[in-house]
Parts: sequence; C-alpha cells; structure tokens
Amino acid sequence: MQTDLLQEARRQAEICNACRYCEGYCSVFPALHAERAFSDGDLTQLANLCHNCRGCYYACQYTAPHEFDLNLPQALADVRQDSWEDLAFPQAAGRAFQKNGVLIALATVVGFALLFWAARSLASQGGEGFYAVLSHNAMVAIFLPAFLFPLVSIGISLRRYWRHVGAQPLKPAHLAQAFRQAANMKNLKGGHGDGCNFEDEDRFTHARRAVHQAVMYGFLLCFASTSVATVMHYALHMPAPYGLLSLPKILGLSGGLLLVAGCFEMIRLKLRSDRNLGASGAFGGEIAFIGLLGFVGLSGLVLYALGQTALMPPLLALHLGAVLAFFLLTPFTKMAHGFYRLAALAADAQR
Amino acid sequence: MNQTADTPDIVVIGGGNAALCAAITAAEAGARVLILESAPKPYRGGNSRHTRNFRCMHHGPLGPLVDSYTEEEYLADLMKVTGGKTDEHLARLAIRTSEECLPWMQEHGVRFQPSLSGTLSLARTNAFFLGGGKSLVNAYYRTAARLGVEVHYEAEVTHLELDNDRIAFVEYAHQGETRRVTPKSVVVASGGFQADTDWLARAWGPAAKNFLIRGTPYNRGVVLADLLDQGVEQVGDPTQCHAVAIDGRAPKFDGGIVTRLDCVPFSIVVNKDAQRFYDEGEDVWPKRYAIWGRLVAAQPDQVGYVIIDAKSLNLFMPSVFPPIKADTLEELADKMELPADALVQTVAEFNAACGDTSGFHPTELDGVSTNGLTPPKTNWARPITEPPFYGYSLRTGVTFTYLGLKVDERAQCAIGNRPVRNLWAAGETMAGSILGQGYLAGFGMTIGTVFGRIAGKEAAAHAN
Ligand SMILES: Cc1cc2nc3c(=O)[nH]c(=O)nc-3n(C[C@H](O)[C@H](O)[C@H](O)COP(=O)(O)OP(=O)(O)OC[C@H]3O[C@@H](n4cnc5c(N)ncnc54)[C@H](O)[C@@H]3O)c2cc1C
Ligand code: SF4
Ligand code: SF4
Repeated sequence: MQTDLLQEARRQAEICNACRYCEGYCSVFPALHAERAFSDGDLTQLANLCHNCRGCYYACQYTAPHEFDLNLPQALADVRQDSWEDLAFPQAAGRAFQKNGVLIALATVVGFALLFWAARSLASQGGEGFYAVLSHNAMVAIFLPAFLFPLVSIGISLRRYWRHVGAQPLKPAHLAQAFRQAANMKNLKGGHGDGCNFEDEDRFTHARRAVHQAVMYGFLLCFASTSVATVMHYALHMPAPYGLLSLPKILGLSGGLLLVAGCFEMIRLKLRSDRNLGASGAFGGEIAFIGLLGFVGLSGLVLYALGQTALMPPLLALHLGAVLAFFLLTPFTKMAHGFYRLAALAADAQR
Repeated sequence: MNQTADTPDIVVIGGGNAALCAAITAAEAGARVLILESAPKPYRGGNSRHTRNFRCMHHGPLGPLVDSYTEEEYLADLMKVTGGKTDEHLARLAIRTSEECLPWMQEHGVRFQPSLSGTLSLARTNAFFLGGGKSLVNAYYRTAARLGVEVHYEAEVTHLELDNDRIAFVEYAHQGETRRVTPKSVVVASGGFQADTDWLARAWGPAAKNFLIRGTPYNRGVVLADLLDQGVEQVGDPTQCHAVAIDGRAPKFDGGIVTRLDCVPFSIVVNKDAQRFYDEGEDVWPKRYAIWGRLVAAQPDQVGYVIIDAKSLNLFMPSVFPPIKADTLEELADKMELPADALVQTVAEFNAACGDTSGFHPTELDGVSTNGLTPPKTNWARPITEPPFYGYSLRTGVTFTYLGLKVDERAQCAIGNRPVRNLWAAGETMAGSILGQGYLAGFGMTIGTVFGRIAGKEAAAHAN
C-alpha cells in the first residue's frame, strides 16, 4: 500500500483522536478512539468503515486554510481506494480498472463485441425468444464462469482484508450486525438522523442515502429476479419467457426501475458534490462504473419493452455484453466496496 | 466612503454563537438583519467554532442531559470557580434562561451528542454538540440564511459613531473600501481582544508576547476599544484572561482543543532550569487545567516541561503532537534543551521523595504523595524510572479576555448612567459583566446564547 497515503491518514487520525468532536457521526470515530497508535491495518479498517458522508469535514475547525489541513473524508477515501487496488485478485486488474473510467468503458465495449460475436457464431440451435439469438447452453457457458470468477476473486480479497486488518475469526453475530447496518445504511444518517453532507456543502440531506438505497435494492431485486428465473428453469422446468405477473418479471421490473433511477441520481449527485472530499483521481472510474451499472438496468428494461420487435437481437447482445462486463469487473470497480464495507462492519462488530 | 445600498434594521457585529443567536432572534421578530463578520467564510464563527459543549440548567432529563441540574447547584459551581467575582443577578438570569435555550438550539438546527463515551463525565451538566462548535455555527448560518439574514464576510467593523446616547452609524472595511451603514439598532458580538497581543502585552507585560492564542485570530477587540474610547461603560480587568497550559508546539493562533495536554497529574513539571515549581498532583486535571496557564506564564520565558515515563504514557487523552521520547533522562534533557544534570537531579530528588505507590489510582485523588519535598506532589506521585522517558513542552494558551462592555439584564450597553439607546452586546464581549475571573466549562456558550437572544429581541423591538 502507498505509504504516503497511509502516513497522511495517520496524521489526521491522530489529530481527530486528540479532538473527538465528531464522535457521534459514524462508526469510524468510536473505532478510532479505541486506539492510540494506528497500524496500516487499523487505517485500512477505518477507511473501509467510512461512508464518505462528509459530516466530519464540514464540522471540522481544522480544514484548510487552517495549517492542520484536515480532510478526513478524502484521506480515508484515498486509503480505501488504495486498499481495494492492493487487495484485488489479480492485483494488476485492480490497479488497472479502479480509477480508470476509460478502461471500464473499453471493457464494456469488449463485452458488447463478445456477445455480438457469440450471437453470430454460436447462434441458436432453434431456441425460442432470447434463446433464438443465443442458445441457453451458450449463455450458461459464458455466464457461469463470468459469475464464478468474481466470487472467487472477491473471496480471496476478503480473506486478505481480514488478515490485513487483524480481525478475529468471524462469528454469525458479527455478520448479522454488519448486514443490519448495511441494510438501513445507519451510518449515512449522520448520527442525528438528518442525513449526510454530500449534496450541498454543510446542509444535511437524505439524498445520498436514498439514492444509494435505490441502487442497492434495485440491484438486489434484479439479482433476485435472475436467481428466481434460474431456479424456475432448472428446478421447476419452467423455462423463459415469463409473463408480466411472474415473479422474475415483477422483481426484475421493479428492480430495474429502481436501479436506473438510482444510478441516474447518483451520477447527478456526484457531479454536484465537492470532488476534493472524495478519493483523488477516482472520480472517472466511479462515474463509469455507475454508468455501467445503470446501463445494465436500462438495457434490461428496454429489452423487456422491445423484446417482441426486430430490435431484440442487438438489444440482447448489448444487455448481455454489459452484464458480462459488469460481472467480470465487479472485483475491480466500485462494486467491490459493498463487500469490503460488509467486512469492515463485521470486523467492527468484534470491537 | 460607500453607503451600503439597502440599509438593514439591525447590524450584528461578529459571526460567532452570540452574533448568530442575536441575528436569528431579530430576524424572527421581523427585522432585516446584516451580519458583519471580519473573518473569511472558512474561519467564520470565531471561538464558537472551537467549542464543544454548553452548560445547561434543567429540571429532570432534557435532550441529551440526564438527571437534573438546579439553578442553585449551577450558581454554586460558578461561584466556586470565580471566587465570588460574579454578578449574581445576571448570572441567575443566564442560568435560568439556559434551560429554554437547549430546545431553542435544537429547533434552530443544533444537534447534540446522544451520550458520551469519552473520559469526561459531564453528561448531567453539559450538552455536547454533535460535531462540535463548527457544526453548531454551520446550522445557525443555514437557519439565518433561511430567515433572510444577510452576511458579509471579511467585513471588519472599525468604528461605531456614538452621537450622544445612540450609535449614528457603523463603519467597516469590506473588499478594500470603507463602508458606512446606518441601522436602527446595533448588536456587538465580536468577542474579546486576546488576538491583539500588543494589547495583551500592555495589560500583562511583555511576557504576554510568548502566549499562544487558542482561538480565532480575528478577535482583536477593535470594536471594544473603539467603544471604550468613546466612553461606553466598561467592565472587568484587562489583566484577567482565561489561560490554560497547552502543548508548547501549538500554533500561535487557532490551535483549538487538540493542543490541550492532560498528562500533568502523572508527571513532574519543570521550568527551563529543570526545577519543579508547583504541585502537579493538586487535583484532577480538568479542575486544575486552568491554573497551569498562569503558573507557566510566571516561569522564565513562559515555558514549562512535562516529564513522564513509560508507565504513564497511556493514562491520559492522546495528544496532537507526539511526545519527545528518549531512553535516558540525559538524552531527553538534550532533546528538550534542558540542563541535563539539573534534570537528573530534580528527578532523583523527586523519586527519593516518593513513598508507597500501591494506592495509585489514575482517575481519582489517590493521596499517593511525596514526603518532605518542596513543592510536594500530593497525588499520583510515582517515581519516574521506567524508560523510555517522554516529555512535552507547555506554554500559556489564552482562551479569552475578561475586559468588556458592561451590560444590563436587557443586554444593553451604557454610557455614564444612561443606556446607549440602540446598542446591545452579547457573548464574550460582555462576559465580564457576569464572570469576573475563572471559568466554568460550557458557560461561554451559555452567556452567548442567552444574551445573544436577549440582544436580538431588544434590538428588533427598538427597530420596529
Ligand atoms: C479552544 C476553545 C474551546 C472552547 N470550548 C468551549 C466550550 O466547550 N464551551 C463553552 O461554552 N465555551 C468554550 N470556549 C469559549 C467560547 O468559545 C466562547 O465563550 C464563545 O465562543 C464566545 O462566543 P462569541 O460569539 O461571543 O464570540 P466568537 O465566537 O469568538 O465570535 C466573535 C466573532 O466576532 C468576529 N469579529 C471580531 N472582531 C470583529 C470586527 N471588528 N468586525 C467584525 N467581526 C469581528 C470574529 O471573527 C468572530 O466571528 C472555548 C474557547 C476556545 C478557544
Ligand atoms: S474531523 Fe476535525 S472536528 Fe472532527 S474529530 Fe477530526 S479534528 Fe475533530
Ligand atoms: S466522512 Fe462521514 S463516514 Fe467518513 S469518517 Fe467522516 S463522518 Fe464518518
């Protein structure tokens, strides 16, 4: 990990530890106050507990032009970003994609190309609907590894994380607490329930929490839709297509709408927020990732709307291409933050 | 000279807690208010930016406060720290009104820390701001903006023209020019004069040049001096200021809370000749914190040096600058530029005077004391023997001055025996009206909130 980033975070954490005014904002401060000296692992853990809500920045009497030059949200964001790059497996992929919006876009285009190519050369052996474009077996052949690889990769990263921050063996109670906190994004409420300072300088709003919830639950609903469809296909022998009132469609439609609206708003919010309080140089990568996620949702919705028209085959290739890129990039983009956040919350539950 | 285009009803001078409470109250009463704040926006909020809590009377649990804290108890606490130099009438007014202030603060955006996990056990008497004083100041600026209060930053008021018994106009420097505004009412809330070290030196003697100023560099007492020169009633003594001993490496201005050091009870403190000069174990630190400012100020070059050993390092709040560390006392003396022989001898004498330390208890007066040593150490006296040895330097850090404007219970200023008809004062600038000396944690914000609201109300009533 980059020692200069860690050194800067350490300097700031020591000032906060002597001050303690921000104690009630989030989980970072109680964890910080439990230490007197901060190892690299401690700083990585603090960094992954931070939600970049910025409450502590606007409350701080030591921000620039004060000579102490406090900017804890950015210092922690930099360490966090660096930790994701460092812990990624393979590491080179983490370093390549995390901050690089252009590369994420390129990877997505490669995803499109691959799917167009697959649709053309592995074309259907007389399937129906989507399977007329790409056979079910071809889909499985492409997406099973694309689904398993990120899981394995993230599993390895999380193990590295656990060791690096010096956490104890995991107990179900720790996980339960982590999931509970993630589910309602407790820390984004700012400690007083008024929200965070992302939208408009020191004004507290729930905008970021609402938008983040939309993205997270939208994504989870879409994921649930695909999972239900898989079970229906294999276990219940009910292959697609499904009607409007079927479970996969209800989940997928509501999730897709939430996801698209959430990503759209998230990008708007990010464009308005002060970039100097986020990770240095990561803005492009973050925007590209949210764009990709939003595109997965949007192309899914459009595909659903126009699935009966002649536009279906290219739309399907675009959607599946985006899904492919999204899955494969998961460990190397902002998507990974969810896993690290959960790990950090679980480790914090041990304190 | 530029006349400000839209003349406000009320000009509030200053941009800290007292000023904002006055401005909000006046605006809610329908007045058009202009705040003139000398600091640039990032430094707005003066010393209030650095505060942490507010002392509040209450019958039964209130907001974050537990139990109750009665008027009599509050007043007794105040009398103890001021040694009776308190205007009881105004003090009771402040104390009594503090109870309705807390809900008022919440309604105007201030948020409090639910409960405190830290070392201070003040959950009954003091309500802690979530995020500290800067978040309080931010909340008030938001509220003020919503009420239509106008704020000019980098607008230093230089002169209030006193015409008989009213202020005729206010002059201020803004964007490179001098402007003049003629409001109906004026509220002064521009703090003390501690950031003007020449003034401090006039009052204190040249030693004051070595003092550090814990808070904002903008409280230079310009308005205070201007009004006193024109005969407005003064209160308090220029040689009185609230001073504490802080880390000697702190910045000259604005170091704020993080520069405090809590290690004195577990240490010996020596001057630059490596001689002890006071009982380091006199009382628990928050109580004795304030006296060390004066003790250090009385030493040569206004410095002190704290010496501890390895076994004490983790007994006090973490400090902002790491201690100076050495394996031997000689090496520590070298690093701290103290005479090594003298330090070794002082420590040896101290160690020899320590007795049975088995009763050592870091959080209460434990009576573990020295025998036959002058000055004695009456608590927590453990020999300094375990390397590595650690040291901190101490300097006098000024919180605020007491000389100010004399006000009545309506926060109105006076000239001779008459009130100045359209001039009110709130906060540190009139705190001497209540507090003659000493300081009670959280009382500065109480005075500012109570008298800020009174001043705002009276100023608006006059303007309407
Ligand atoms: C480090 C520190 C910690 C403290 N902690 C606490 C605490 O926890 N609780 C507590 O009750 N008290 C605390 N105090 C004391 C407290 O800060 C003051 O009592 C209180 O803030 C005074 O408020 P005020 O509005 O009168 O002055 P300030 O908040 O200092 O405001 C004065 C304002 O006037 C402006 N100004 C000055 N001159 C001019 C001019 N000529 N023209 C225009 N504007 C001018 C300044 O820029 C500033 O904005 C602390 C003080 C310090 C330094
Ligand atoms: S961010 Fe600033 S105000 Fe908050 S704890 Fe740290 S130093 Fe104190
Ligand atoms: S930015 Fe928010 S989440 Fe991060 S440390 Fe500051 S208050 Fe906590």
